[in-house]
Amino acid sequence: MNIVVTVKQVPDTWAEKKLDASDKTVDRKSVDNVMNEMDEYGVEEALKIKEAHGGEVTVVTMGPEKAVETIRKALSMGADKAVHLTDESLHGSDALATSAALAKVISTLSPDLIITSSEASDARGGVMGALLAERLGLPQLTQARKVTVDPGANKVSVERLADNGYALVEATLPAVVGVVEKINQPRYPSFKGIMAAKKKPLTKLSAADAGLDAGSVGLAGATSTVVDAQPAPPRQSGTIVKDEGDGGAKVAAFLAAQKLI
Amino acid sequence: MPAERQLPSSEARELIELTATMCDRELAPRVTEYEAASRFPREEFAVLGKAGLLSLPYPESFGGGEQPYEVYLQVLEEISYRWAAVAVGVSVHALSCYPLATFGTPEQQEEHLPRLLSGDLLGAYCLSEAHAGSDPAAMRVTATATDDGYLLNGTKAWVTHGGAADFYTVFARTSSDTRGGISCFLVDAGTPNIRFHPPEKKMGLTASPTTQISFDDVAVPASRLIGKVGQGLSIALSALDSGRLGIAATAVGLGQRALDDAVAYAKEREAFGKAIIDHQGLGFLLADMAAAVESARATTLAAARRRDAGLQYGRAASVAKLVATDAAMKVTEDAVQVLGGAGYTKDFPVERYMREAKVMQIFEGTNQIQRLVISRHLARG
Repeated sequence: MNIVVTVKQVPDTWAEKKLDASDKTVDRKSVDNVMNEMDEYGVEEALKIKEAHGGEVTVVTMGPEKAVETIRKALSMGADKAVHLTDESLHGSDALATSAALAKVISTLSPDLIITSSEASDARGGVMGALLAERLGLPQLTQARKVTVDPGANKVSVERLADNGYALVEATLPAVVGVVEKINQPRYPSFKGIMAAKKKPLTKLSAADAGLDAGSVGLAGATSTVVDAQPAPPRQSGTIVKDEGDGGAKVAAFLAAQKLI
Repeated sequence: MPAERQLPSSEARELIELTATMCDRELAPRVTEYEAASRFPREEFAVLGKAGLLSLPYPESFGGGEQPYEVYLQVLEEISYRWAAVAVGVSVHALSCYPLATFGTPEQQEEHLPRLLSGDLLGAYCLSEAHAGSDPAAMRVTATATDDGYLLNGTKAWVTHGGAADFYTVFARTSSDTRGGISCFLVDAGTPNIRFHPPEKKMGLTASPTTQISFDDVAVPASRLIGKVGQGLSIALSALDSGRLGIAATAVGLGQRALDDAVAYAKEREAFGKAIIDHQGLGFLLADMAAAVESARATTLAAARRRDAGLQYGRAASVAKLVATDAAMKVTEDAVQVLGGAGYTKDFPVERYMREAKVMQIFEGTNQIQRLVISRHLARG
């Protein structure tokens, strides 16, 4: 099994996220950057499938120089090699441009299986799996809470999370599988894994290396534009009801006014 | 606020980050409950072991991480920051491996070190006896030579991980020669005729069992003698030089934690219309705590760097143990003061930190013994 898993470096999940004032892109400089937590589940699932069926796990990311830290984390967890697409011209790419760029890189790797997570904690679009499948002309099995691969039958089946249970769906390989966080318990890297990661092959590609047209990516090629952004307003202080013997009635009146009762 | 660290390599930084993440996820959520229930976190040790954190200072060829003490001690600090008893356990495990790793024959190392360093096993160190703590040469446990080995008899005391460990590094008397009659043995937990007493009812580090261990004609093969017959006391003291660095780092981590908790509280709690950290009386107390923690860290890492550079470090290790554990005692006690009445309750962890700090001034050589070591160096030099 030749497995590709996509990962993304994002601002620390718990940090206050801001947009860069100059170009309205995510400000990555003022915060700690980490591997998108959901991607840990994708990497874990890729490693488990490799352990069960053999093969190789390739990590693919697009992001600034610093995103190599996230690649190294995936490699120290046990992935075999990585491709890092990094180029100033890619800065500000929207989901469509990102999916086009990633699809271009992934297609050169001829994977049997492409694993994504359900969303990244910064943009929260949750569309990359679907976009990649469309770009690559492959079946997509997203929202997977369980993945079963049958390389002999050239088949993958997943339990797809549904509102009241799950749907069992299957596809022929190659396919794109998007996993949810219920699927597994990601392993910790080991210290030996950290040391080994340094020696694993890492291919760095510029936009030109990947054969991308500079005009079609980055802010220039974005099909959507962030015009303005405001932080969410702080929560207003609530209504205080003073109980002067009629507290119950006042609370009921308040709830009725909000159409809650 | 996590401590600012200077680390010698990018892998050291990644190692520290891995440690912090694991300890936040695996240790921090359990420490209060386990300490209150005197429950030993064996599974959590296994998680650390799997990641390679139980064998960092030992050679890669035997499964260790081959990390300098400068890095290993900062990992210990990060563990102690979340759970002092676990950091003490990691340090004691390293101490228990030291005699074999340093004085064992190549054959013995080949046979035993990989499993000791695998992360699956936990070690314990049996030196003290009820009447022989600061003066280990007064020990009475005997190892009587037989045709194919030794028979151990007597009772060891204050054994960290007693009953929970998988192997015991045991010092016992092979002759009546006070200092030259002690030898070192590697004993598996499952060896017949070992009896573990009930855990001591301690003031702190309650999640980690400390017991007496009785040996009643325990047969140990000759191949388990570590070093030469009669070399035991010098092996024990050499191991303690390294062990004291581990305890110093554990104390620094605990002190940092107490400081951080105290600062966080002092920023939130208001009195006389402003945060108590903005009252000079409390602000200066916190400043002294920060100075104590940072000087303890600097002293500990200075000793570690001497060790890493191959220099004599016994005196520096004693200085570090003395300075860092006294600092931890002072800082944890002051943290209780900063939290006031709240700090005196078990609803806040600072009273636990204070109880945990106390034993660090006592074990692996009381701080009086550290002064003895330092003053003897002064007299010799």
